Amino acid sequence: MAVTIKDVEKTAFLARIDLSEEEKNKFTEEIKIILDHVENFVDLNTENIPPTINILPLYNVMRDDITRPSLDKNAVFQNTSHEEDGMFKVPKIL
Amino acid sequence: MTDSKYEVVIGLEVHTELKTNTKIFCSCSTEFGGEPNTHVCPGCLGMPGVLPVLNKRVVDFAIMAGLALNCQIAEFSKFDRKHYFYPDLPTSYQISQFDQPICKNGYLEIDINGEQKRIGINRIHMEEDASKLVHGGASIATSSYSLVDYNRGGVPLLEIVSEPDIRSPEEARAYLEKLKSILEYTEVSDCKMQEGSLRCDANVSVMPKGSKEFGTRVEIKNLNSFRALKKALEYEVMRHIQALEEGEPLIQETRTWDENKGITLSMRTKEEAHDYRYFPDPDLVPVIISREWVEEIRRNLPELPQARKERFMREYGLPAYDASIITSSKALAEYFDACVALYPEAKTVSNWLMGDLIRSLNAEDQDIRDCRIRPEMLVEMLRLIDNKTISGKIAKTVFEEMFQSGKKPADIVKEKGLVQITDQGEIEAMVDQVIEANPKSVEDFKSGKEKAIGFLVGQVMKLSKGKANPNMVNELLRKKLK
Ligand SMILES: [Zn+2]
Repeated sequence: MAVTIKDVEKTAFLARIDLSEEEKNKFTEEIKIILDHVENFVDLNTENIPPTINILPLYNVMRDDITRPSLDKNAVFQNTSHEEDGMFKVPKIL
Repeated sequence: MTDSKYEVVIGLEVHTELKTNTKIFCSCSTEFGGEPNTHVCPGCLGMPGVLPVLNKRVVDFAIMAGLALNCQIAEFSKFDRKHYFYPDLPTSYQISQFDQPICKNGYLEIDINGEQKRIGINRIHMEEDASKLVHGGASIATSSYSLVDYNRGGVPLLEIVSEPDIRSPEEARAYLEKLKSILEYTEVSDCKMQEGSLRCDANVSVMPKGSKEFGTRVEIKNLNSFRALKKALEYEVMRHIQALEEGEPLIQETRTWDENKGITLSMRTKEEAHDYRYFPDPDLVPVIISREWVEEIRRNLPELPQARKERFMREYGLPAYDASIITSSKALAEYFDACVALYPEAKTVSNWLMGDLIRSLNAEDQDIRDCRIRPEMLVEMLRLIDNKTISGKIAKTVFEEMFQSGKKPADIVKEKGLVQITDQGEIEAMVDQVIEANPKSVEDFKSGKEKAIGFLVGQVMKLSKGKANPNMVNELLRKKLK
């Protein structure tokens, strides 16, 4: 499958990752190898095989609608120094 | 708007917060208005290594809403991740449903100029709500930073997507009103638009009548009141018609409604085409809905607006018009039921509800659930009229005072000295006084002008500050003028 540097740039943008020109070339090559491998499956007959949503043979894993205690405030903010008025401070959005 | 050269095509996307105790994928409380970030856990904060577990009641509620809206309930449904970067989403993806939503192909019926019109419902799916952002500055664009409260993140939502069957802003409003009413009846959501538990986005396009090709589609976000929905659509339709008339191009875009200016504004100019990269959430297993499950919910489906309307007409003999207004809101219908249980004169109750009560609630933009006049108070007031303690006219004053202060009618009557005057002597004295002061009208009546008596009765009522018993005044006047 044809992978161009444009595809890699778009993927990097969607993931908000900055890549150097060198890295873009490197990933273009590597992603091509992965996709070529996946390409092998195209020839398989999957007509009567339902899509795999989850690899576990499970369904309807649910819980009852009963509240449990939420996190303590100190725990909520323990991984950040960006707290203000009990909220998480984030950079300018627009 | 009524320009017959054009056809308007509208579809609505409605998000409604479900009235569960806990969030959709964790056991944090969904309570509205808590201290910021007090209803959060590693799950809804998006910490690595935490697995979501589906709240069964969310599925129950989705099935219930689907049945109430005449949908097919899927036998197999799954959750997908919808990816986008925004601080209101701690995982950078929203768990939603993409190609296998829980409900499909439903409809509801709206009443337009006395005719029933069916509006299709394309799908209903379950998803998690985003968190609340607080901006320091006047707007998101002028703020140097923002604050995030994750309490609302993970609250269960249903997204209800209509077919593009709506043909005018009026129909859009009627659809949203009916949808809200049905959701309230099923009790899956409290549908408080002021608190954001019912939110609406609209897709609108305008095309020349008879055209096979839809016009340019514009999405308007955050139409969070019936008024905003109707006004924004009216504005947008006008804008489209103007552009079509002048041959100006329209852009497919997302716009927002500016309530103060009364216009829609383009939201993002350099918006990248959305690429949500939906894929099945590997942390969640599919939901398989047996027909027994669906039937059990169908059996427990509460009485819906149409059925209640028919019952009110049958049981209480209400006219269709009264019955449809009173049942349009579940809370109003329950209020009516509570009144009639105490006071069986249904039409009298209906008149007060449809007149003074609805008018006062609208004037104050108040929800009936917050109304100070409780059913037993209204009934007490009706009994005071029946036993002639107050006149129907004075009752209006008592009603107004009850509405404002929440005091009991008997106390208001006592405090304000509103007891009806039924003392023969007292009324007679006032009647004499009026006869004496209005010789012309007395003459007119005696010479056969029946209308003059109305004026004289009015004068006596005025003299008594509305408290004289009108029947006694009428009788006494006629006796004296014979
Ligand atoms: Zn949580």
